[in-house]
This record gives sequence, C-alpha cells and structure tokens, in this order.
Amino acid sequence: METPIYGLTVRDVTKHFKRSKKPEHKLRFFEKIKRILKPEKEIIRAVDGISLDVNIGEIYGILGANGSGKSTLIRLISTLLLPDSGTIHVFGDDVVSNSMKVRRVMNRVSVEASFFKRLSSAENLIYAARLYGISSSEAHKKAESILERLGFEAKRMDEEMEALSRGMQQKVAIARALLTTPMLLLLDEPTTGLDPKSKRDVQAFIEEIRNDRNAVIVLTTHDMVEAERLCDRVAIIDNGKFIADGTVKELLAMAPPKEKTTTTLEDVFIYLTGKELEEGDA
Amino acid sequence: MLNIRRETIISYAFIERNFNLLKRYLNWEILFFSYSIVNALTIGLIMVGRGSSQDVLYLVIGALIWGFLSIMMREVSDAITWERWEGTIEYTFMAPIYRITHLVGSCFFAILYGLLRTGLVLAIMPLFFGEHIDLGSANWFTMGVTVCVSSLSFIGIGLMAAIFPLLSPEKGQAATGILQSVLLLISGIYYDITVLPDWLQPLSHISPATYTLRSIRAAMLENASIESQAGNLLLLLVIGIVLIPFGFWIFHLAENYAKRVGRLKRSG
Repeated sequence: METPIYGLTVRDVTKHFKRSKKPEHKLRFFEKIKRILKPEKEIIRAVDGISLDVNIGEIYGILGANGSGKSTLIRLISTLLLPDSGTIHVFGDDVVSNSMKVRRVMNRVSVEASFFKRLSSAENLIYAARLYGISSSEAHKKAESILERLGFEAKRMDEEMEALSRGMQQKVAIARALLTTPMLLLLDEPTTGLDPKSKRDVQAFIEEIRNDRNAVIVLTTHDMVEAERLCDRVAIIDNGKFIADGTVKELLAMAPPKEKTTTTLEDVFIYLTGKELEEGDA
Repeated sequence: MLNIRRETIISYAFIERNFNLLKRYLNWEILFFSYSIVNALTIGLIMVGRGSSQDVLYLVIGALIWGFLSIMMREVSDAITWERWEGTIEYTFMAPIYRITHLVGSCFFAILYGLLRTGLVLAIMPLFFGEHIDLGSANWFTMGVTVCVSSLSFIGIGLMAAIFPLLSPEKGQAATGILQSVLLLISGIYYDITVLPDWLQPLSHISPATYTLRSIRAAMLENASIESQAGNLLLLLVIGIVLIPFGFWIFHLAENYAKRVGRLKRSG
C-alpha cells in the first residue's frame, strides 16, 4: 500500500536550544566573574518529538502558551531553523535537503509584521514579490486586490509603513504572504494584537482562502473562538510537546462536562495544561 | 540549474530596495556625503604648504579610494544589519533565492553607490584645492580598470564582514569596523607600507587595498598605463577570485550556524 502524500508531514521533530542558566541565588563578585568566563548553560526543549500531518485544503490550528514552542515549530517548517532530529516534508519534499523547492510553495505571516518601516507598503510588497520572480506590475495589481479584500484602502499603499497602524501593517504582511500564491501558508498568530474589526477582516479572509484554494494552512493562535471558527483540527502544545490533537469536537470531549455552561476550548486547554492562555503569549 | 534571467531580476530587487531606502534617508545621505568631503579635505590639507601638488594628491587619492573601498565593504554588511534590525532577514532567507543572488544584488548596489558617492566627492575636490592638485597627468582608464578589478576583492571581504551582523545585529557592525581598521593600518592608504614595522609588512602584501592604492596612485600621479600595472592587476584579480568564493563559503557557514542556534529571529 502506498503512503499518502500530505501537504505537510512532520515526524518526531526536535529542536533544543542552549540558553544561559539563571543563577539560583544572588552571586558574589567572584562568582559573577566566573560566570562571565565560563557561562552555565541549560538546554531548552523548544520542540520535543512533534509529529503531525496536514491534508490539502485543511486548516490546522496550534494552541499554546508563552514559550510553548509554536513559533519554533513554524520556523522549522519554514526552513529558518534546522531540526536536531526528525523530518519535515512539504508536499513530499524534505525541508532540509530540498529547501529551495519547499520555499517556492510556502509563505508565512508572523506575529510581528517585519518590514522596512521607512518604505511604503507598495515598495515593500514589490520587493518581496520580486524575490519570488513576480514582476512589479503583477505584484502591484495582486497586492491591491488582496489588500482591498482585507479592508485596506489601496490609496494608502504609497504611505510609509511606519505611518500605518499595527492592524494595517499586519494586513500588508498577509498580502505579502499571499502575493506568492503559496500552497502552504503558515500563519503564526496573525491576529494577535489586532483591533476587533481588523481581526474579523483577517479571519474572514483566511476562511475565503480555505474555500477558494486547496492550500494547506497552519495557524497558531491564542483566540479560542478563532480556533473553533477556522480550524478543522487543533493541537495543544505545551513545553514543546503536543499533548492533544483532534477536531474541535474531539478536543471538547476531553474536558469533564460542566453543569451550567457548555465546555469551551479554553476549558480543555486549562484542563490539559493547567495554564491560562493570554493575549500576547507567544 | 541557475536561470540567469530570473536570478538577475531577483538581484535587481535588492538594488531597487536599497536605492528606495537611500531616497527615504536622503537627508542623512547628504550628511554622510558632507562628511566624505570634509574627510578628504582634512587629509589633503595636511600636505598643502608642506609638499608638492603630487603629495597633496597622494593623500587625497588615499582618502577617496579608502572611502570607496569602505563603502564597498560596509554596504554589504549594512544590508544584513538592516535586515536583521527590521526582522525582514527571515523573509529573505525564506524566499526561493540562491544566496549568491541575494548577496550579488547587495554587492552591485554597493559598487553603484560607492562609485556615485566617490565620483561626486572627486568632482568637488578641485574646487577646494585649486592649484594644489593637478589631475592633468591622470590616466583615468587605468584608474577605472583598477577600481573594477579591486571591487572583486572588496566584495569578498564585504561578504566575510556580513557574517558579523548576521550573528549579532547589535555588535556586528562594530566588528566590521575593526576589520576595516586593520585594512586601513596595513594597506598604505596614507603612507607607504615601508614605514610599517617589519613584522606587519607581510600582512600588507596580502591586502588587496595595497595593490589597489599602488596602481591608482601610479595612474593618477604618473599617468601609468594599464600595461605597466598588469602585475598589480593580476594579483588583485587572483585575490578577488579567491576571496569571493571564500566569502560566500564563510557566509554559508554563518547562515547554517544561525539556523542551528536560532539567531535569525528578532522576536517571537
């Protein structure tokens, strides 16, 4: 029997980082000097044996608290980090050995809309599009159409990025990712910190992409309502490990039923991790 | 396989982006340009009244060429620093482009920008120095060829210098400055390398700036022909051919290191 090719396959991926260890007590002068000369390190298990498969046309949500490993996982998939062990395949291609092929079909929106802030959104988008071999006229036309659908006035495309609000910058970041028509779209907290109107605009657009195109979408979020609304399946990540995954319905069944109110994803999250999720966690 | 047309278009993205940034910071550019003029003037004036017009020109050439070579080295490194600060480096590294395309684009911008700025300073110099400098016997063709050939070596050094901001946007640029200072010391920019201590002189012989200055001074002061500088130019070419792939290799190692330890991100 042939193994099915998923849009995204992650197998047993681990990523550890070395970080300076915080001292357990207040250090004396000579201890401080000793630490500078020979810093103590500790191993942080950012991603610890994660496996997942995402089908074409599916939105896969990842819920996790601050420092749980969501963004590290996204960076591993997007070829910005090298895994310590395990494999990641995008449409059958390995992200390490065949990174160029993977990059052609993938794009990412991160929580921070990173741009050249003194350039206009049009200049930023044309620059980004050129890196994918898209001409400036095509990029401008496409960007205008995407931004209008996101509720961004096209006439503001010539304003410098630093003059735009956070919500508007994030819409430009989404346009940057979609300009290249990616088959794998990695959305790393795309709505964190946005005002309710911008959040709704972005969420509606993500739904539109899912309905219009057969793309694979991985979405990390803190917003339980967003996860319920957009994701076909959701994984809960804690200390670099997936502690649960399934459809929203399957996850809701994991928490003990409540007497007066219906169980929410937040209840499940708190039940499984013992932690609260807050806006701004990364 | 490398599609040259596609890669050229992509390389152009970096040139266009940097010129767009230059336009947005035009006020600062005017300030830096003024500094280049003041710097060349200050150094040239040391010899006014003390030496011949040849001596004044000797120093002015040193200041101008050092300015040009510094821009070449610094711009490649600055482009990486800027991308690291803005956080856009993750998007550049995530794009389906060869690193050679990325860095060649930045290098071309550095050459164009360096030529533009140095050319403008050179055009202004006679206004200040008047009869104290004489460009009548300059061989511009030899000078132009020397600048082109030496650019290769400085691109190679620029690529190596770019690894510092890649690994640390906060301190990396200062490290690039240290590399520049070492070259300034050993390459005979404002003095003949024979005045250096004996133990330092061997380093002068491996610095491309030494041969660049030697040929440009010969061209501008003695009307030296291209044939007479063939030996120097060949050496510069060889150093360039060695340094460019070496620079790419070092950058590749630094990129892999950054991806292994997670140094590319600014936040999140």
